[in-house]
Amino acid sequence: MFVIFTLFADFVTYDLLGLTPDTRLAEAVHFFAEDTTKIFFLLTIIIFAIGFFRALLTPERVRKAVAGRPRYVSYPMAVGLGAVTPFCSCSSVPLFIGFLEARIPLGVTMAFLIASPMINEVAVVVLAAAIGWKYAALYVAAGLTVGIVGGLLIEALKLEKWVEDYVWKIKMGEAALQKANNSFKARINYAIEQVKEILGRIWIYVFVGIGIGAVLHGFIPESFFLKYASADNPFAVPAAVLTGIPLYSNATGVVPIVEALLAKGVPLGTVLALMMSVAAISLPEMVILRKVLKPQLIATFTGILFVAFISVGYLFNALIV
Amino acid sequence: MKTFKVLGSGCKKCATTADMIAATAKAAGVDVEIIKITDMGEIMGYGVMSTPGVVLDEALVHAGSVPGAAQIEDWIKT
Repeated sequence: MFVIFTLFADFVTYDLLGLTPDTRLAEAVHFFAEDTTKIFFLLTIIIFAIGFFRALLTPERVRKAVAGRPRYVSYPMAVGLGAVTPFCSCSSVPLFIGFLEARIPLGVTMAFLIASPMINEVAVVVLAAAIGWKYAALYVAAGLTVGIVGGLLIEALKLEKWVEDYVWKIKMGEAALQKANNSFKARINYAIEQVKEILGRIWIYVFVGIGIGAVLHGFIPESFFLKYASADNPFAVPAAVLTGIPLYSNATGVVPIVEALLAKGVPLGTVLALMMSVAAISLPEMVILRKVLKPQLIATFTGILFVAFISVGYLFNALIV
Repeated sequence: MKTFKVLGSGCKKCATTADMIAATAKAAGVDVEIIKITDMGEIMGYGVMSTPGVVLDEALVHAGSVPGAAQIEDWIKT
């Protein structure tokens, strides 16, 4: 099914630009042409389909669904719904306050915030197209587990004292939005709006990701990764996670980098740990969360994720050869 | 006169929303008042968790995205 994108990249690289096969530049250009067309095609189709079926959940509905549930239900629900609920990081603050106001425990709320940027249905399909369903499923399973474990730890440590005091005082009103128009035309319009909105937000990350992937693919020799990033080097996983922490990208934007690294023989655990850390924690996200969390909680939260991602990396590197 | 409140903690999309309402009202020759609400307590008071939100004459009419042009026209003209 995806062979058409390979053929297109062949055409651009060898016919249109006249590059010689097997040169570094040709390899990079080929990777860039194939991934740009393939990923943006997939993104458009998936976002449109999800928008059309109105499968997009809103944070308001998630809040209602999770509130008042026992923990063995609320934790899995929070990470699962976190994965499929799209929300822009600028909404993290009202979301956080709204969850706590509905008496959803802090741990469950944090589990939602951990899982949400790390996994989303769009990125998972693109990831599966790039590296196969099996590895994509492992990524999802690991991400959900990290969300639950991270939330449970924050709950066990009783870190409510490190939430800014004003948060506990906010009372939330009852929203009465009118029912959405469900006619065929309205659904199409909504789906088109969603494609524009989401692509408008993430295209830059995807482009940068493909650019980095193309450079890795074309210009960095395999021996470089064998030397520094093989499973024998115990520092490769922590280094990958550390690199990813300050960086921010949408999860989809990391996929081309994951694809290029795996093709160069970097072990799966190292690569997935990098993807998680780029998508899940970033400086801008911490700055936003600082409005509701005291620095101690941000530091603890980052520390927990750092350890969790490294564990995922080691575990996968040990189990999957 | 209609009063619009744009709810949002100062993100770019909230500014876009306010500008779009102002421009649409001007084009239609309708006098409207636009107030930007940035206080988190007040925003949550309207039951909104995803910004930007739009409140028209104290009723929440939109939340979670920049509203479409047709929708804004609808609010101003009816």
